[in-house]
Amino acid sequence: MSDVKFNKALIAFNSLIPLAMLGVDWYRGALGANPIEFFLRATGVLTLIFVLITLAVTPLRRIFSWNGLIKYRRMLGLFAFFYASLHLVTYSLFDKGLDIGAITGDVLQRPFIAVGMAAFLMLVPLAVTSTNGWVKRLGGKRWAKLHRLTYVIAVLGVVHFWMIVKSDIFYPAIFGTAVAVLLGMRIYWRFRPGRARATPVPSTPLQQ
Amino acid sequence: MRSPKIKTSEITPERVYLNRRNFLRAGLLAGTGAATALAYSAFRPGQTLDSEFSNIEGISDGEKTLGGESATSFDDVTNYNNFYEFSTSKTSVARAARSLTNRPWTVEVGGLAARPRTFDIDELLGFPQEERIYRFRCVEAWSMVIPWVGFELRKLLEQVEPLSTAKYVAFETFYDPDVMQSSFAAGIDFPYVEGLRLDEAMHPLTLLATGLYGKQMPNQNGAPIRLVVPWKYGFKSIKSIVRITLTAEQPPATWNLAAPHEYGFYSNVNPNVAHPRWSQASERRIGEFSMRETLMFNGYAGEVAGLYTGMDLKKFF
Repeated sequence: MSDVKFNKALIAFNSLIPLAMLGVDWYRGALGANPIEFFLRATGVLTLIFVLITLAVTPLRRIFSWNGLIKYRRMLGLFAFFYASLHLVTYSLFDKGLDIGAITGDVLQRPFIAVGMAAFLMLVPLAVTSTNGWVKRLGGKRWAKLHRLTYVIAVLGVVHFWMIVKSDIFYPAIFGTAVAVLLGMRIYWRFRPGRARATPVPSTPLQQ
Repeated sequence: MRSPKIKTSEITPERVYLNRRNFLRAGLLAGTGAATALAYSAFRPGQTLDSEFSNIEGISDGEKTLGGESATSFDDVTNYNNFYEFSTSKTSVARAARSLTNRPWTVEVGGLAARPRTFDIDELLGFPQEERIYRFRCVEAWSMVIPWVGFELRKLLEQVEPLSTAKYVAFETFYDPDVMQSSFAAGIDFPYVEGLRLDEAMHPLTLLATGLYGKQMPNQNGAPIRLVVPWKYGFKSIKSIVRITLTAEQPPATWNLAAPHEYGFYSNVNPNVAHPRWSQASERRIGEFSMRETLMFNGYAGEVAGLYTGMDLKKFF
């Protein structure tokens, strides 16, 4: 097995551990008195974590010159989509009984549901175009442009989390800070004086 | 330049090299897997806490049901709690609340009363106790059926003889930041306070609960004495009470102060008035998978709707 293949297997293995543990805990009745709520929250938080890891790839490449990381980014993004799908299915099935009318009503009446749904709908085209074939079909530049939707998804994800919390904003604030840092770095790199715009990954370590 | 000569005997045989690589890979799988599992574990729900609570005399051990609805299990009732002074995580409260010392305990009953005085908890436990099985509906859209033990609040209020100027009753929870170490971001102020209109407080359904399931009240459920107002959202049923005050003006209420547009003073269970962020039309009964329809006044409309005749419940939510 090549190193890249092994690393992909390693990432997939680790990415599925939370799901496996959720499954075991559910089976053992160890998810607390409200297992559906816990599963719903956990899959939501895992989605955000994978969005953040995906967004961390570029800064890690730039700062530490770990260029090889790019090979795993699409896979990490697909895990974000995977957990987001579980999150949406759990809500649709257990909270709404798969009643499309009730779900639509929720989207129209509850801003936090609308925000979450918008983020999910943006993840769909990114997941679909994550294959090599689609990268070729779109061309690298257009593909990259489309996938900048991830920035919007990250912000919407944090807003969605923040809006559902009753009063303790500790965790949404942590995720919000992480997204702000990850996006802030990109803004800084793009607009700092004395640097050409849209510089590709530098081959030398950055100063500062 | 010639590469340095390496003796054939020094070259690692391919089989050994591959074995070493496989060994390293196995180590990576195990090591990162363990780290991921450990990181995930930090966010697992707290384990169910089994504790012994002494029995309250005179409460039957019989089956706990409310019409066709069976009571929520003792484990769930005592391991899924909102008690923000201890933790904002419902599955962590039981463990954190063990630090509460519920003896000695007194409840000061005063304000606009002819005979204000302080009651010792043993005196309150001496009031005739009865079992009341009530639905409990949280504002977060989950619900339970709980076999409370206690006595009607009006029995206590009658003892202090409310003055005719008294129109409301204010309640206050015990607060000691040394044993109540909640999230610094809990988002509500302590001590926790709540209030009822006097006629709500005097209603025969309104209970001062001293236990549940025939046992003394567990700390996480509001030991040693708490309010239970079954037709209102759970946060009105204030826990671990130390002060009850009769007032002329509407008293402050913690969640109402924190977010007045989301939590009204009345906070009657009402499926027709949505929380600004979520629907209140249905609820998840703890222990069940699908949602139940939420009932007007939590199913107690027959008994309490008369208290609100002529009031616009969308305005006074």
